Amino acid sequence: MTAIVEVSGLTKTYKGGFQALKGVDLAIEEGEILALLGPNGAGKTTLISALCGIVQPTGGTARVGGFDVVEDYRGARAMIGLVPQEVALEPFEKVINTVRFSRGLFGYGKDEALIERILRQLSLWDKRHARIRELSGGMKRRVLIAKALCHEPRVLFLDEPTAGVDVELRRDMWDVVAELKAQGVTIILTTHYIEEAEAIADRVAVINGGQILLVEEKAALMRRMGCKELTIELTEPVAALPEALARWDLRLGAGGETLIYAYSTQGEGTGITRLLQDLSAAGLGLRDLATTQSSLEDIFVGLIKEGGA
Amino acid sequence: MNWHAIWAIYVYEMKRFFRTLMESLLSPVISTTLYFVVFGAAIGSRISEVEGVSYGAFIVPGLIMLSVMTQGISNASFGIYFPKFIGTIFELLSAPVNFLEVVIGYVGAAATKALMIGVVILLTAWFFVDLRIAHPGAMLAFLILTCVSFSLFGFIIGIWAENFQQLQLIPLLVITPLVFLGGAFYSISMLPPAWQTVTLFNPVVYLVSGFRWAFFGMADVPVAASLAAIAIFTGLCLLAVYAIFRTGYRIRS
Ligand SMILES: Nc1ncnc2c1ncn2[C@@H]1O[C@H](COP(=O)(O)OP(=O)(O)O)[C@@H](O)[C@H]1O
Ligand SMILES: [Mg+2]
Repeated sequence: MTAIVEVSGLTKTYKGGFQALKGVDLAIEEGEILALLGPNGAGKTTLISALCGIVQPTGGTARVGGFDVVEDYRGARAMIGLVPQEVALEPFEKVINTVRFSRGLFGYGKDEALIERILRQLSLWDKRHARIRELSGGMKRRVLIAKALCHEPRVLFLDEPTAGVDVELRRDMWDVVAELKAQGVTIILTTHYIEEAEAIADRVAVINGGQILLVEEKAALMRRMGCKELTIELTEPVAALPEALARWDLRLGAGGETLIYAYSTQGEGTGITRLLQDLSAAGLGLRDLATTQSSLEDIFVGLIKEGGA
Repeated sequence: MNWHAIWAIYVYEMKRFFRTLMESLLSPVISTTLYFVVFGAAIGSRISEVEGVSYGAFIVPGLIMLSVMTQGISNASFGIYFPKFIGTIFELLSAPVNFLEVVIGYVGAAATKALMIGVVILLTAWFFVDLRIAHPGAMLAFLILTCVSFSLFGFIIGIWAENFQQLQLIPLLVITPLVFLGGAFYSISMLPPAWQTVTLFNPVVYLVSGFRWAFFGMADVPVAASLAAIAIFTGLCLLAVYAIFRTGYRIRS
């Protein structure tokens, strides 16, 4: 496989001096779905904007399909479809006209058959003569996708496509993404939901503070991230872990009132049922159970510690 | 050149115009009629002729210029400001188009609208006064050049403006006074000598004078000076547009 997007040492310092990108290196393979995962303010939108020509990079280089995004911007941009984070559409325009406009802007003549296919795929065909302001929020987002697809891009950027949309639309969006992948389109989507990255990505890049912390196959990352802890509150405190529970990797909480069991959600079952059986066999009474999952923030903190000092 | 993109922008902008066609054309027709009633009838009864032309006919070129300039500016400034305001500008920035193509699309549409309004005013004026056009070719050339250059100017204002107040500031503070003091309703020779000199620093005087020459063959300033004035103004606007293009001023962060 070859890299269709190659970013090297990319920096962006905004006017006012804030450095939003601190030397980003990233290679995205043709045909893959890459999730750019990071908290708010991490630099996801800035990175995408720099690749698409909305923001001028202040250093480094980026290529899309071999075209430098600054020097050969026409070649690069012709390959790119962008669905921005904010819904920005002209309220009084008709759906079909705004899609035609996008196609023209990218240098293509009319192709009504293609536009029909895209609008049908996004369940917008019935609304083609509706004005934008008459549409629901979810439909507006689909119009943005239609506009991004109408010049048949090879690379599609989706900036938080499912932020603030309902569950149903999120599923639809994922279906659309899967369909596009099947057509060979490379897709980069940003999100701050681990679950979203998990659901659709092939690889995940974690970005924070303007730096890429890691790029990894989704499966490997999820194994690392998918750790949960079960906290078992006992009716009677214990001084030490009972012998009968030695085969479990348990920690004793402060005061001996709790047992903490760390397990992976990725394995063949969690073992919790058998653990609970063993607990009762050992004569320990349970007052309460609680599970916690490491949040994205915890994971970032962990990653920064790992990578840094 | 990405001709499809230019055409897409042009058509899109013209559609906006046609969506509000009645308002777009009705208001200049009404205001022209009012100008005729107020200036033509009221003042015209006192000033019967200016250099051999009836006062009613004399003010027609100035009236057309006035509308064309203000329309060119407001159409083009709004045309590019609006996408900045609602955020749809991202699409222009991320499309394989260069700034020149964007300018041609927006300015071309704004100039076309201004031209159409100019023509409608001319036709309206024909109802009220006898008009003859001595140099039709020159008349059209002046008209189109003015439409284009003031649309360019409007485009620059639209890029520069960061809010609606700023969008209206320049037309209100600069253009309207220049146009009213630009000899649309009188001949410069009717002013006291000191004011005649001051007036010569007003670029609009040259445009109105040249345009009026195309109608009646008479001018306040030499036609060559008029041509030079509009060429310089267009040149300055193009220079500013080029500077914006080079620096990404107020469009690309
Ligand atoms: N135009 C701008 N001017 C100055 N700072 C900006 C601008 N746009 C974004 N930033 C800052 O850059 C950082 C990264 O923003 P952004 O790329 O939007 O993050 P994300 O999309 O990951 O939430 C944030 O701290 C944000 O405040
Ligand atoms: Mg963002």
